[in-house]
Amino acid sequence: MVAVVRTVSPPSPPRLTQKPRLRRAIQGSWELLTLPLLLFILIPIASLFFHLTPADLVTGLEQAQVRQAIQLSLTTSLATVVLSAALGTPLAYYLHRRASRLARLIDTLVDLPIVLPPAVAGVALLTAFGRQGLVGRAMSPLGVTLPFTTAAVIMAQTFVAAPLYVKSAALGFAGVDLELRRAAALDGANRWQVFQHVVVPLSWVSVLSGCLLTWARAMGEFGATIIFAGNFPGRTQTMPLAIYIGFEIDLRVALTLSIILVAFSFVVLALVRWVLNARLDR
Amino acid sequence: MNPLPKFRSLALMLLLSACSLSPNGTAATPRPEPPSTGPRSAGLIPITVMAASSLTGPFTEIAKDFESTHWNSKVLFDFAGSQQLAQQLANGAPADVFASASPQYMDTVVMSGRIQAGGVKTFARNRLVVITPASNPAGLKNLTDLARPGLKLILAAQEVPVGQYSLTFLEKAAVDPAFPPGFKDRVLANVVSYEPDDKTVVTKVALGEADAGIVYSSDVFGASAANLVSLAIPDALNVIANYPIAVVQDSQTPGLAPDFVGFVLGPQGQAILGKYGFVPVTSP
Repeated sequence: MVAVVRTVSPPSPPRLTQKPRLRRAIQGSWELLTLPLLLFILIPIASLFFHLTPADLVTGLEQAQVRQAIQLSLTTSLATVVLSAALGTPLAYYLHRRASRLARLIDTLVDLPIVLPPAVAGVALLTAFGRQGLVGRAMSPLGVTLPFTTAAVIMAQTFVAAPLYVKSAALGFAGVDLELRRAAALDGANRWQVFQHVVVPLSWVSVLSGCLLTWARAMGEFGATIIFAGNFPGRTQTMPLAIYIGFEIDLRVALTLSIILVAFSFVVLALVRWVLNARLDR
Repeated sequence: MNPLPKFRSLALMLLLSACSLSPNGTAATPRPEPPSTGPRSAGLIPITVMAASSLTGPFTEIAKDFESTHWNSKVLFDFAGSQQLAQQLANGAPADVFASASPQYMDTVVMSGRIQAGGVKTFARNRLVVITPASNPAGLKNLTDLARPGLKLILAAQEVPVGQYSLTFLEKAAVDPAFPPGFKDRVLANVVSYEPDDKTVVTKVALGEADAGIVYSSDVFGASAANLVSLAIPDALNVIANYPIAVVQDSQTPGLAPDFVGFVLGPQGQAILGKYGFVPVTSP
């Protein structure tokens, strides 16, 4: 006897065209709730572009102060990302799996610069590394003064932005399956090799997004910079400082820099997103 | 025909058109509604005074005296660089009184239409002084030392009134035979930072982060005075800054705001300003 196998197709999903139109409209209209926040973010950014003509933009770019601010912002924020990654990776790796009280305390302390108002960070840096500061007073007899230098800009940016990298990287490292690491160790890999060949390839997405967050925070850093590094065109006047000072006399300078910041941020975000999508799809 | 996409796009268009307001930033914006909390709800009438940050000391005391004589008033302050306040006022920020450290920024607000030119009065004068930390780490003895290489000098940004006045002083010194040639350029080469207002200059010099700064003589009074030493600038090189004050046109306290201005110009207000190192005006 031949068993008759009836192939039963899975029940088809309820066909949308069978539901009443009004019900469908109401059910789909929840998406309208996304509009308020979306518009609130997009309208101010778009209005920047309406306030400035392309001719004004070109005039703005021709000013030395604008070009200096752009160059300084780019170099300092890049240095901040490199510094944060170099110094933050060991810390992230230390924190990512430990549950001891010490590790939890360190974790909370590393979170502090994220929640502190940037002005507080600036004052803190000044009281530590200023000429009369805790560490600064030991350095000034040696001829090393940090406030009002480009190094101070990088320090201020690193102070507020590096914790973002540490958190992101630690999350990424924690996401790597312990079994994979044990397997590698069983095969004879030492700790560094495990890190290099197992942890990093599996967590590089988090590390990259940590770098991106750090860069974004560093580019936008204002309060700590103006207090600790001061404001000097070409040396410490980053784009946010130039926008703040420029806003008060020549709105075009502020608008030019704002538009450049928006455009640059958008391009970098889109690029990284493209890279991430390309790699993840493989 | 499916009405859903039409409904959604119609809603979107309505929202977007509601949001496309006039882009003209310099036109007077409609006054905001008074807040439902704050001094008004307590029965007090708030007077918003936008004042240059160098007026923080005297105006705070003037406000206390004013409130004791005008029992139903509450003076609220917004202290910042005059350039910032002028920009905010020109863009429609609500305020009742504006006191600027320079006539230039009062003119900015007059041109925007928020203040009537006839209502502007000078209420105080100020002069410049060079300050150093109490320990005077660079050993500054006279004004020519400002050009000494390696000195760390902090000035206010040239957009700020006191910054502009500092540059004027340097220009006057440049043509004065008592000062060596190239004085102005060498002094400017010593500047390490241009701050957004005079109070920040005072704080950083008082902290010892810089060797010298140029601020108003009124800034050397008060809490920071103990940490500062000042070096006088002779009258011939000094800049006398005239501080104008005026009532903002669309003030929500048309009765009290002129009273406040009158109080500042009157004997009590002038005495307090004098106490804080300002030069009072004898006739308004």
